[in-house]
Amino acid sequence: MTPIDYFIHLDNIYLKAVIYVVLAPILGGLLAGVDRKISARMQGRIGPPILQPFYDVFKLFSKEKIIVNKFQNFNVILFFVFMVFTGSLFFLGGDLLLVIFALTLAGVFFALAGFSVNSPYCHIGAERELIQMMSYDPMIILVAVGMYQVTGTFRVDAIAMYDGPLILYLPGVFLGYLHVLTIKLRKSPFDLAMSAHAHQELVSGLKTEFSGTTLALIEIGHWYENVLLLGIIYLFFAFNSFLGVAAMLVLYFFEIIIDNTYARFKWELTFKSTWLVTALFGAANIIILYYAMQP
Amino acid sequence: METIIFLIIFPAAISLVLLSIPVKSVRRLIAVIANIALIAGTIHLLYGSAGETIRYELENVWIERAMLTLEVTLSIYILYMGIRFRRYLVVFFTLLQLALLVHFEAFAIPAVPVAHNLFVDNFSIILALIIGIIGSFICLYAIGYIEEYHERHKESEDNRRFFFFLMYLFLSAMFGIVFSNNLKWIYFFWEITTICSFLLIKYHEDEESIDSAFSALTINLMGGLAFAAGISYAGIYAGTLELDRLIAEGGAYAVIPAALIAFAGLAKSAQLPFSSWLTKAMVAPTPVSALLHSSTMVKAGVYIIIKVAPALKGTLAAAMLSYIGGLTFLVASFIAISQSNAKKVLAYSTIANLGLVVACAGIGTNEAIWSAILLIVFHAVAKSLMFLCVGLIENKLSSKEIENMDFLIMEMPKVSAAMIIGISGMFLAPFGMLISKWATLKAFIDFNPVMAIILAYGSAATLFFWTKWMGKIITIKYGLKNREKVVSPWEWTTLAVLSFMTIGVCIIFPLLSSALIEPYIIELFGVSPSMDRFNIIIIMIIMLGLLTILPIALMYYAWLDKDYKRVGTYLGGANVDNVRFLGSLGAQRTADIRNYYLDGFFSEKKLYNYGLVTAVFLVILMLGVVVI
Amino acid sequence: MFFKKSPWIIHYDATSCNGCDIEVIASLTPMYDLERFGIINTGNPKHADIFVVTGSVNESSHQVVKNIYDQMPNPKVVVAVGICATSGGIFRECYNVLGGVDTVIPVDVYVPGCAARPESIIDGIIKALDILERRLVEFRKAKTEARRQEKKLRRYHLND
Ligand code: SF4
Repeated sequence: MTPIDYFIHLDNIYLKAVIYVVLAPILGGLLAGVDRKISARMQGRIGPPILQPFYDVFKLFSKEKIIVNKFQNFNVILFFVFMVFTGSLFFLGGDLLLVIFALTLAGVFFALAGFSVNSPYCHIGAERELIQMMSYDPMIILVAVGMYQVTGTFRVDAIAMYDGPLILYLPGVFLGYLHVLTIKLRKSPFDLAMSAHAHQELVSGLKTEFSGTTLALIEIGHWYENVLLLGIIYLFFAFNSFLGVAAMLVLYFFEIIIDNTYARFKWELTFKSTWLVTALFGAANIIILYYAMQP
Repeated sequence: METIIFLIIFPAAISLVLLSIPVKSVRRLIAVIANIALIAGTIHLLYGSAGETIRYELENVWIERAMLTLEVTLSIYILYMGIRFRRYLVVFFTLLQLALLVHFEAFAIPAVPVAHNLFVDNFSIILALIIGIIGSFICLYAIGYIEEYHERHKESEDNRRFFFFLMYLFLSAMFGIVFSNNLKWIYFFWEITTICSFLLIKYHEDEESIDSAFSALTINLMGGLAFAAGISYAGIYAGTLELDRLIAEGGAYAVIPAALIAFAGLAKSAQLPFSSWLTKAMVAPTPVSALLHSSTMVKAGVYIIIKVAPALKGTLAAAMLSYIGGLTFLVASFIAISQSNAKKVLAYSTIANLGLVVACAGIGTNEAIWSAILLIVFHAVAKSLMFLCVGLIENKLSSKEIENMDFLIMEMPKVSAAMIIGISGMFLAPFGMLISKWATLKAFIDFNPVMAIILAYGSAATLFFWTKWMGKIITIKYGLKNREKVVSPWEWTTLAVLSFMTIGVCIIFPLLSSALIEPYIIELFGVSPSMDRFNIIIIMIIMLGLLTILPIALMYYAWLDKDYKRVGTYLGGANVDNVRFLGSLGAQRTADIRNYYLDGFFSEKKLYNYGLVTAVFLVILMLGVVVI
Repeated sequence: MFFKKSPWIIHYDATSCNGCDIEVIASLTPMYDLERFGIINTGNPKHADIFVVTGSVNESSHQVVKNIYDQMPNPKVVVAVGICATSGGIFRECYNVLGGVDTVIPVDVYVPGCAARPESIIDGIIKALDILERRLVEFRKAKTEARRQEKKLRRYHLND
């Protein structure tokens, strides 16, 4: 029994939630560190230490608090709280659709944070963030729909314990999910809203006006989110936990390659391509599956 | 039964009283008392209900005759208006309708007995609650609104007595629709709402409003014509004029009248081939938009569709109905992205949500009807709140443009708070609309994945336009003066009550579902869907979390948080102050921020035309298949 | 102690001839790889700890330098890169040039050279890290001091 199996079969949902809340930022931070290291190696550099993201965050906690207006950090706090909540809901085995809606709620708070500052860069970042959200939202819902079609339930724990190979039923949905995963992980070519690499056009996009502790919270919030996203990948391979873990790692590596080989898209292309992929792979898969499953 | 009759007659009586009393303060007093009585009446109805359908006889020749006379008088009035303003299409429809009516009254009526003229079931109680409570509060709001409206529009004639006459008359007609079992009665009240809507849209009496009013009238008359044809068909072939018997026992004969009535419902609830009237109707004073064009009258359309849908069940027409709803939802949600006029956005979102309800009705499974009713409830509350907020803002800013609403939270904090509650109510988790969308999605998946996909795309668009609007409102800038000092207590009361109701209905929604909706569904289908307990708990946790974190965090930031340093926004280092920067040649410029409208993707013209063509095709198909 | 491990910089070109700018960018390339010290070029004063200025300060850039400096959260250090930035360099006598960066804001590390070589730039930044740590301690002390003062003031007012 692998630890993951053990986790899934854990009966105490509160314990599950606690494990997630404690472990997710550690895993997410390590992942970010490995990501930076691998990226650096791909570019022929040595790269920062693996623990670099943690150093960054701890540093940010001890910086001075500067703000533009008194309420700007309010929405970020909400974003963080709901991101943690969403992740917990997923890992304690809640309803997948509810997880998605809570994730949207967190995303909306994040975008609102950008809007509330009245800074041009934040505003552009927030608008782009919204466009990204609009782009990936249908696909994420279709992931839940597809899983429901196969397993007959929206409960994450039930889906995780489903014996059949979900990936074989839902290859199109999976491809679509991979596409939006790139957006959600904020990887190039879809790092429109707040890329660290786009500072000529965006400065830091959505997070321009957020600094110190708030910025650290944004960062940690994204670690939580990334773990959640990888968790969804796992669901596709849940019939075999080794395969699931391998898939998560391989696909994350794959995302790093994409990140390093693509130039940034414009938002039009991002939006169009995502909706197109959603329709071509996700929606088509679901419709075909519906008719294939009819007796 | 007394309560029902009270609810139908009382607002009409009040409307006449209001029309005849010239003293403003007395009118106000009467209106307030009437509102209290109406709310009490609907609540009494709720508590007095047995939880199942009860039908009432109420045979009286005089009622029939009075209705007929009124109907003919109204037709003649419309004819007069049509000729005066040279709208011959209106004249044509009215004449046809009149001919149908006379023919029907003269030949068919004596042969068709009507056992039950009135009825009440849980669904009509729900609608009555919406009409009674929300309607009353909107009328209350209107007292304050119309004052300012006339101050702003000095050029238009001050006809406010007539205005209130129409508002209350309309309430009466709405109660009539939801309690009548006799199709002819429904039709009678239906036509009254059409005419009320026409006159209220026309209220401003300028060219644009007259145009819009006639567009609304034409389309609704077309629907009314279909309704009348449906009634004649039902009377002649199915041999009944009772709604419940037609649906239950009509068999094959019920299909054609059901489709025709559904057609009328589509026109009334502004579904796609007909949606243009609703967006044009936004020229009306805002309480009218709130009452007629979002929370009640358009709901009458979906109400009747839900009622007749079981007769279409299993036919291709029902599938077409659900596709029309789905298409409307999708197209209207997309178009809303490109709109910068606040009321237009609200109108399109209304159309979209009604589309969802129609789609649910077309699917017609117990889950679908359950979520349709939830949608109606949540939408009515949140959307009327939104409209009333926009009305207030419009009076203060003299503009309906969303782009003029930046920094609203600084200028009108309380209105903005209500507005944020309204917007969240429209699309964010734990609030009502999201709960019902979720239920809808579940209902769709089992029926037809295409609908689920439509819902997925449409919701994404919804997310975009609401959030960017909300972002506009909550943008913060210091040094602005508060503009909401002079808002009448009427408006405050209504906004406060509706804000609390928006939150309240979400909190009591499990109760609402188990006490009112589920019994109705069980009566209809035998089984009722219910939500997973666990999920309800989670939703409540989110709700509670929001309700505690939000105020606490706000208070913290407002008063306790002192340890910070204020700096300017980053403007490439060229700041002059927080929002101005030094441009080239030493010119000072202001950083002015505007939202995205994505006109290239979601232009109204293009999408509307596509939608129109497809929807016309679907409607023809819907009517075609039942005739064949 | 984490400042040492994660210094983020903002680079501003006051009126450099671009020679030094290119060298600053060069130190971020694979050849020198500043990122291995955890250094990120943020391009945003609000995220930055180290302000790297190249070029002399003139009439039109002095306000910008000051703005950027003001928008950086404490603790922060300033590194003047290139001889222009340290003293005005060959442009010192120009009619519009005010002089080195230290005419506008306090500079902590001067990196000479025309243009300063990547090695010396990296060296300068590493030197700045120690100062950064020290600044943190000072900043914290100042904060507690300010808080104490405020409390005292409040007590004073109360007694009044
Ligand atoms: S120091 Fe030399 S290279 Fe650097 S900016 Fe000045 S003149 Fe250019």
